[in-house]
Amino acid sequence: MSAVPAMAFAAPHAGDILLSVRGLKMHFPVYEGALFRRIIGYVKAVDGIDFDIRRGETLGLVGESGCGKTTTGRCILQLERPSAGQILFNGENLAEFDRDQLRAMRRRIQVIFQDPYSSLNPRMTVGDIIGEPMKVHRTEPDSAKRERRVRELLHTVGLNPRFADRYPHEMSGGQRQRVGIARALSLQPDFIVCDEAISALDVSIQAQIINLLEDLRDQFNLTYLFIAHDLSVVRHLCHRVAVMYLGKVVELAECDELFDNPMHPYTRALLNAVPIPDPEVEANRPHQVIQGEVPSPINPPSGCVFHPRCTLAVDGCKASTPRLRELRPGHWVACTEV
Amino acid sequence: MATLLEVDNLQTQFLTSAGIVKAVDGISYDVEEGETVAIVGESGCGKSVSALSIMRLIPWPPGRIIGGAVRFEGRDLVTLSDADMRKVRGRRIGMVFQEPMTSLNPVLTIGLQLTETVRHHLGLTQEEADKRAVDLLGMVGISDPARRLKQYPHHLSGGMRQRVMIALALSCEPKLIIADEPTTALDVTIQAQILELMKGLTRRLGVALIVITHNLGVVARYADRVNVMYAGKIIERGRARDIYHRPSHPYTLALLKSVPRMDQPRRDKLDPVEGQPPDLTRLDDGCAFRPRCGYRVERCEREFPPLNAVAAGHVAACFETARVTRMEKEKVVS
Repeated sequence: MSAVPAMAFAAPHAGDILLSVRGLKMHFPVYEGALFRRIIGYVKAVDGIDFDIRRGETLGLVGESGCGKTTTGRCILQLERPSAGQILFNGENLAEFDRDQLRAMRRRIQVIFQDPYSSLNPRMTVGDIIGEPMKVHRTEPDSAKRERRVRELLHTVGLNPRFADRYPHEMSGGQRQRVGIARALSLQPDFIVCDEAISALDVSIQAQIINLLEDLRDQFNLTYLFIAHDLSVVRHLCHRVAVMYLGKVVELAECDELFDNPMHPYTRALLNAVPIPDPEVEANRPHQVIQGEVPSPINPPSGCVFHPRCTLAVDGCKASTPRLRELRPGHWVACTEV
Repeated sequence: MATLLEVDNLQTQFLTSAGIVKAVDGISYDVEEGETVAIVGESGCGKSVSALSIMRLIPWPPGRIIGGAVRFEGRDLVTLSDADMRKVRGRRIGMVFQEPMTSLNPVLTIGLQLTETVRHHLGLTQEEADKRAVDLLGMVGISDPARRLKQYPHHLSGGMRQRVMIALALSCEPKLIIADEPTTALDVTIQAQILELMKGLTRRLGVALIVITHNLGVVARYADRVNVMYAGKIIERGRARDIYHRPSHPYTLALLKSVPRMDQPRRDKLDPVEGQPPDLTRLDDGCAFRPRCGYRVERCEREFPPLNAVAAGHVAACFETARVTRMEKEKVVS
């Protein structure tokens, strides 16, 4: 086990811990040369992160492109083999699972993807798309029963059961995303990774899907890892939030605590950058635009990866990597200067 | 302030296998010198097509401007010859597109793309053009501009590319820049940088700006006036403050209420705009929003409401604006 004490990063109020991530690293090799391929470096997409998610909880994972939030989700789904670290689901280390165990695990961990256009097979009917997991996992081998279940699921996600015979191209983006959600629900999972599940949708449709995700969470006691870059949506939907920057978690806190009292300079900059849909509020709000861009994850800066853009940076920030410290109850910050 | 651009009953249609799509269906608005005007709406509402129509960049087939006028500096751009239009495009009106990757030519250096424009439009020599390109890159906050001139678009990050696009748009000192979702492909901190840059430069240089976006927050931060589009028509227009504080069209109201706000207490549930966006091939004479509208009356089935004044400089295309604004007031009081 890692040095981090168990349950250190969990919400105090929720149920037992469903998923623990400990020291997770995902380094992708970078190759050079065609004939004599050799590794010239690694993209440190995820570079040693820890968090826990309790049953029934929604943890938001936020950050900008390339911060490693999607890779974290893919590691949890075992779509990537992590370079290091552990992912414990119900206390069991997923890395040690054999094929059959992984297969059984996949019934319990599902995913909703960002793009409702590319994540549904255009040649399959909606009914086949939603029914396929039940077929593959043989949870509903009888086709008549499976069809009935597909109709039930369509109803659950707010679609007319007649849609079972349609193809994805006959539907709007919002309707397609509902199909993706129905598919994720078809195996009655405990845990769903929502990877930018509403980002591709129109503004007027986003609220519909957010409400649906909330209703389903309550109805089926689901646990979500909600990966997103839209902070106002994360604030609305999540119980706790982890902020990632360049492969590291820089801040982790209860949702209201994080948004009311952000401590890490990056979190503050991120919150300040989000425009609020009210001209009067915007006119009276100081805009401190964070300078520079996210550095390359192949050659991340030494010490604290945020120091080249940080207003609080001191010499020490270049030398040592700050660890997450609990500065207020349940509020963890990886910065030595706050 | 003098009026710089006047869009008058502009209509652009596309011929598709599913029928005629009235992407822009008779919109009118104006832009004053130095002003920032936003066009807000969701995918398929016609906001991008309206911008491309102003620039006469609608490919035929399948699209075509079938009516209306775009008056700019005393001329109607719709009827201008192709040769004359080329002198306006990039010279008098600059454009910034959404995808900084696809709107720069990947096989040409940044320098070539910047100098080509100023040499063509302003008749500068290569030497003068190079100097101007360096100045432009410096102006948009790109460090080491002389070295950047020799680089290709793939050497630059998304935010840097969008800065180059802005430099390109500004290169011939235009009077107007049209920015079509200029920050949608960018991260939120880079979005803030780019918008701050565009706002600063347009103010300093006195350039008017049309920002096309679906992001209500971006509009609130940067626009003086706002046009809200739905299904090819402008359904509400006003000063930004009026649109956000006294929305008078049920769609604007519903859209504003549906988004979670970081500055307000968390709500239990969001108020979504119910229903689906309209199918543009199946529009009738009535109001396109009526299937999703909580205020609809019988009349909405038959005729499309004209833009009625609700206050000075504030218009909304709804028969029931009085009821919409009254209901809102009552809710605020209660």
